[in-house]
Amino acid sequence: MIDAPSSTWFTAGPHWHWLIVLYFFVGGLAGGCYFIAALIDILGRAEDRPIARLGYYVAFPAVALSGLLLTLDLSRPLRFWHMLIERNTFAPMLKPWSPMSLGSWALLVFGLFSFISFLGALAEDERVRRPMLRRAQWSAFRAVRPPSPLGTIVAVLGGIAGMFVAGYTGVLLAVTNRPIWSDTPLLGMLFIVSAASTSAALLMLLAGRYGWEGSPGVAALQRMDGIVLALELVVLIAVMVSLGPALRGWLNVWGLVLLIGVIVPGVIVPLVLGWRHRGRRAAAFALLPVLVLVGGFLLRVVVIFSSESI
Amino acid sequence: MAEPMGFYTDTTVCIGCKACEVACKEWNQLPAANGGANTMSGDSYDNTRRLDGIHWRHVKFVEQFSETRQDGRWLLMSDVCKHCVQAGCLEVCPTGAIIRTEFDTVVIQSNTCNGCRDCIAACPFGVIDINPVSGTAQKCTLCYDRLQNGLEPACSKACPTDSIQFGTISELRARAQKRVEQLHQAGESRAYLYGADEKMLGGLNSFYLLVDRPEVYGLPPDPKLPSRHLQSGSVLTVLGALMVGLAGVFSFRSRTSEEVRP
Repeated sequence: MIDAPSSTWFTAGPHWHWLIVLYFFVGGLAGGCYFIAALIDILGRAEDRPIARLGYYVAFPAVALSGLLLTLDLSRPLRFWHMLIERNTFAPMLKPWSPMSLGSWALLVFGLFSFISFLGALAEDERVRRPMLRRAQWSAFRAVRPPSPLGTIVAVLGGIAGMFVAGYTGVLLAVTNRPIWSDTPLLGMLFIVSAASTSAALLMLLAGRYGWEGSPGVAALQRMDGIVLALELVVLIAVMVSLGPALRGWLNVWGLVLLIGVIVPGVIVPLVLGWRHRGRRAAAFALLPVLVLVGGFLLRVVVIFSSESI
Repeated sequence: MAEPMGFYTDTTVCIGCKACEVACKEWNQLPAANGGANTMSGDSYDNTRRLDGIHWRHVKFVEQFSETRQDGRWLLMSDVCKHCVQAGCLEVCPTGAIIRTEFDTVVIQSNTCNGCRDCIAACPFGVIDINPVSGTAQKCTLCYDRLQNGLEPACSKACPTDSIQFGTISELRARAQKRVEQLHQAGESRAYLYGADEKMLGGLNSFYLLVDRPEVYGLPPDPKLPSRHLQSGSVLTVLGALMVGLAGVFSFRSRTSEEVRP
């Protein structure tokens, strides 16, 4: 302790473990998949809409799971509503300067948008059996997806809320006093870029299951993932530089996991192979998204546990 | 608001009797051991080891001995929540469970806390932890209930050497400054006050007289508010979102424009 590299070394860990790691990963996928789906809906072509549907199908269950994971992680889970309602006055509880408070509201808002878009995707999907409502009633939900004006508003607002959910977790870690987390302001940027790369990878993987590997929409996803992975590499290096003396927190087994579990297989290999296999889409199709997803998960494992172990 | 109240702890007169720890546990009805497990440190007379949800006072035993053990000294310090004027825990608490009282102290309301543990990560001193009995984050309340009834906190009341002194912050600061001067005159030139002015988190309402570097006592040399990264972290995250957005626009737009080309 006497030779601690930063004052953050004198603090106590909040016992955020696997549930939080999982939430950071699943929440990132929820926000990222919605964002990409909204992007496809607004910018892409009609034949890409099935891929956008996949994004909405992932986003809503993932954000619902996120809420469940966060609730289970509370030491008093039945008091989860205290995040939104002040317990003594029953007034809305919002502290905009507290990332956890703002994030709780963002999850609620994003949950609402992702549910609406989920219904919109179901309304358009003729392959699934839809419960409760009649065919004509389901058709009405098509209006909540672009290109209708209402759909465009939902997609834009939902996309922004999704990106907030994907990125605020990094700011939340920075707004603490823990080693590594609060020794750099770049974790929010890292998480948002990683959420985008893992989400594009998941959508590519799911598209592969439906045999859409060759579609132009998937090619665009691959191109996007390539750019975002390159960004992720740059941001990861920037994080390490900005840590300064606190980088010592990664000069151990967690640094090794970061290198051989995240940077090499999860970022560099998919980047290089993806670039070399441009035009030969099927070659590394199944493997590369899996590597990116595993890398994205391990990134969150390293960030959380490297600090918790100090 | 009443005048700000707090503790001044003169570590030079602490004898490590742990009366403060016991008084704190008795008054606040804190369990003696965590779930019946009373683990010994094995290398020190300090078996409490750290502040947490059931240890709101902790007497630190810093043992400074030469290799031959012919020369050495004990540094003893009764540690507690610093009741910072700018409190990181209060800043981040998403439920509003953490409040500032009329005595300028910081208290966690156990009926409101839901155990999210953000305050544990935000505290610059590692003071807070979950009390396994209540399932909520807990720490020293500076005996809020006793203060409301005109009583002195249990720990300072029990301290036999007046190492822990309770009073108004202005009075305690004046008293502490005199003590530093007295020690300097007596040849103990290393004596200084930690957290007694506004420079450190607006002032610590529980401050210390130390005779070695803060790190030696397990105190951070430069404690800061968690919100120091709020603005920069948010701006950089938005920048990241914009870059991702541009990557998406570029990927899907360029494909569209390629395809419309004849």
